[in-house]
Amino acid sequence: MKESFFGVPSQGEPAIWSAFLLNVKMFLVAEPLILVLALVIAVVRQIRGPVFFPFRLVATAYTDFFRGIPLLLVIYITGYGVPGLEIRGLSFYRSPVIYAVAALVLSYSAYVAEVYRAGIESVHPSQVAAARSLGLSQWQALRFVVIPQAIRRVIPPLLNDFISLQKDTALVAVLGNIEAARAAQIYGAFRFNYSSFLVAAALFIVITIPLARFTDHLIERQRRRRSAGGLM
Amino acid sequence: MSDAIVIEGVRKSFGKLEVLRGVDLTMAEHEVVCLIGASWSGKSTLLRCVNLLEPIEAGRIVVHGDEITARGVDVNAVRRQIGIVFQAFNLFPHMTVLRNLTLAPTEALGVSRAEAEQQARELLRRFGLLDKEQEYPDRLSGGQQQRVAITRALAMRPSIMLLDEVTSALDPELVAEVLDVIRELASGGMTMLIATHEMGFAKDIASRVCFLDEGAILEQGPPAQIFSEPREERTKRFLQRIIAAGRM
Repeated sequence: MKESFFGVPSQGEPAIWSAFLLNVKMFLVAEPLILVLALVIAVVRQIRGPVFFPFRLVATAYTDFFRGIPLLLVIYITGYGVPGLEIRGLSFYRSPVIYAVAALVLSYSAYVAEVYRAGIESVHPSQVAAARSLGLSQWQALRFVVIPQAIRRVIPPLLNDFISLQKDTALVAVLGNIEAARAAQIYGAFRFNYSSFLVAAALFIVITIPLARFTDHLIERQRRRRSAGGLM
Repeated sequence: MSDAIVIEGVRKSFGKLEVLRGVDLTMAEHEVVCLIGASWSGKSTLLRCVNLLEPIEAGRIVVHGDEITARGVDVNAVRRQIGIVFQAFNLFPHMTVLRNLTLAPTEALGVSRAEAEQQARELLRRFGLLDKEQEYPDRLSGGQQQRVAITRALAMRPSIMLLDEVTSALDPELVAEVLDVIRELASGGMTMLIATHEMGFAKDIASRVCFLDEGAILEQGPPAQIFSEPREERTKRFLQRIIAAGRM
């Protein structure tokens, strides 16, 4: 197990823990992109008025699509399909890691957009009425009144999605990226010693359990606030 | 000088329910008009229509000589001169009292933050709320929240205030502090249209009382006349029920 953790560089066997850093990196790059893209999608779906109908349609189609396609397939499509098109501008990006992160962002943004949307819809219409009655525009009401309240409410489910994202970084192994799960597999295949999978599993748990506890903590804090705050 | 508000033949329904069936009402500058009537008589809906929170189906509303219900009117500009206060306060729970007051002036009017805060503090001082400026709304009593909601509307320096049963959600002992604020506004000459169940208060403050019944103004007049010698049978019955309920 110790060997699988640190690897045996002389024999070209990857260390699981350093491979795991790739998982963490992909997670750290994908997460902010998802947060931004998903919020844009959720907001576009909320904006009223016939002028915005095409935008709403695109946003709705996006979430329907990417929630409907298994993540593994999205990874195959972006990882093999897109480079296969040999689009000129993209040909610089040979690293499969980039396609892997793109796949994670595309897929997770659809889920996270729905989480945001649930948050936005949970803000009572009277809040919008109050903002509009003061002469704020629809956009200003969203920006200053609705979205800040919505985000506060959806932090626990968002974190839940990020625990899941952190685990799903393992799926990008199918593109040949040597991340932790793949490193463990390689080690196991060389040595017929599959304890390497346990090492990889332990590494994931070390990250996800604190995230899970942090989520619990936030839910508990919200619950306390609600009971103290009465109406709100 | 043109009238502050002219409401002509305003109709509004929600689905099949006709809430307003042709309301006519003219208000002069500095007039305080109280709308009384049963729940669902359309008082709140009428106020929301004047603030353009509800689109009307027929009729028109003219404010300071400009028809606000015309097509292509800048609704945000209209709302900036008409303040509305709601029964449920509707303060922004994620902002301090001070920010609740400065949000609209800074964002909708483009006033600088420092200037908006200075004006907000003046208003808070005037209504005895200055020590609450850094509190969040859910730390305040209902009466304090409603006073903050009134000052928030005033922070936009509106020329007209609409008050929608602003004391109905309050515990009885908190009603007085809110009514005092409204009295002060009236003595300062604010034009106000007030939907209320507080008959004693209406008698006291209103220059005119309108009885709204089944989506139209059935009877109106000075409070002394409406409350002591109503002409319409339905007004009499309504007032009798109010007296029986101990609300007058």
